[in-house]
Amino acid sequence: MFDPLEPQGTNQVQFQFEDRQLSAPQGATVASALLGAGITAFRDTPVSGAARGPFCLMGACYDCLVSINGVTVQACMTPVQDGLQVKRVGSRQVDSEGAV
Amino acid sequence: MTTLVIGGGVVGLSVAYGLLKQGAQVTVIDGSDTDARASRGNFGLVWIQGKGAKAPHYAAWSRSSAKLWQGFAKDLKEATGIDIAFSQIGGVEYFTDADALAQDAAGLQGLQDHFDGDYPFEVLEHSRLKQLVPEIGPKVVGGIHSPMDGHVNPLLLLRALSVAVQQMGGRLQTGAKVTEIAGGDRAYTVTLETGERIEGNALVLAAGLGSAEYGADLGFDAPVRPQQGQVLITEKLPFFLKYPSGRIRQVNEGGVQIGASKAETGADSTDLPTLQDLARYAVDVFPLLEHVQLVRSWAALRVMSPDGLPIYQRSTKFAGAHFVTCHSGITLAAAHAGLLPDWIQDRNTAPDLSLFSESRFNV
Repeated sequence: MFDPLEPQGTNQVQFQFEDRQLSAPQGATVASALLGAGITAFRDTPVSGAARGPFCLMGACYDCLVSINGVTVQACMTPVQDGLQVKRVGSRQVDSEGAV
Repeated sequence: MTTLVIGGGVVGLSVAYGLLKQGAQVTVIDGSDTDARASRGNFGLVWIQGKGAKAPHYAAWSRSSAKLWQGFAKDLKEATGIDIAFSQIGGVEYFTDADALAQDAAGLQGLQDHFDGDYPFEVLEHSRLKQLVPEIGPKVVGGIHSPMDGHVNPLLLLRALSVAVQQMGGRLQTGAKVTEIAGGDRAYTVTLETGERIEGNALVLAAGLGSAEYGADLGFDAPVRPQQGQVLITEKLPFFLKYPSGRIRQVNEGGVQIGASKAETGADSTDLPTLQDLARYAVDVFPLLEHVQLVRSWAALRVMSPDGLPIYQRSTKFAGAHFVTCHSGITLAAAHAGLLPDWIQDRNTAPDLSLFSESRFNV
């Protein structure tokens, strides 16, 4: 769906989205890295359950939210890094002690 | 016969809506967005438990409103198409302090005795509360559940009231700064900053904190003061919080609202120590909130009378002028729409509000 305008450099980083191993150019945002991998729906809304993905890609719309280290962040404002574990938001599991 | 309502917040619009339903002609005069706006900053509870622990007439009045709320919300939906997300499945107060729990439970027991048992609530220690609300953390010593409590989206309520009032033929003058109210028996002239004059035969002063400015000219003491409350809003979360509480609730749009700080100040700005206390309490009650993002905070000003109870006062200076103020404009909205119009129109079906008059402050 999305192709890079410029040739891919050799500096690639490896990261994970849910169970998928992905690679992306160094310096890409998590949002562009996921879009580049063909992933357009990053999450389902907590309220209606409708699918959501990046809309503005400049930090304004908050539709590209993902979970990194248990914290919800904007994928378009977060640089991708080697070994980054990215998860979908909205799938919090609560254990018997009330912790996530 | 036109009734002028000074103040287009939830209190003024609820009264206006009720008057219009009875066939009255109504003009609502509302201030500007730079005024203190309790209707935009409040917590959205339709709350009964604990209210009026030392004033059973206030507990009874609040409860009469809570009982009217279902129909009130339904009427607004039918009139405007706006679903104001009203829910009245009960509420839970969470306690991390055993003494505070015992004290509140004693207050509720006093009310239950006063009302001959007709005041339902249940004190739940930690393990029983956890059956009802599995998400509570280990620091919660217990809670109080009452089926009388509920909540609503207060901004949608404000919008629905505004739409309904105008649809029913009420005139809503917004952005209108009142510079003078000239009173006389059943003859009132309100002058706006623009020079425009609006005339009516009756008047309801429901201008929140602004009422203090106009009260004296109309024969009211209008002893209201600001009490600041700060609020935090989290990112939208999957629904987990079934029961609202006085300090934490999940709104219909998914965000968790955390509030209930109290400060005797008219400053409407937030401060970090207060917000930290709110956040710490919320995480103590619901540990799953620990890593949740906060997206918004604000401070708003409660409209408080000297004893915290509503004031309903007919003017002793001019016939046809009424002063209405309360800190719980959401809880009381259904009573203000359904019961207060009879009192404003001096009908013999009016509720007895004598215990809420200003004379209680002059003993």
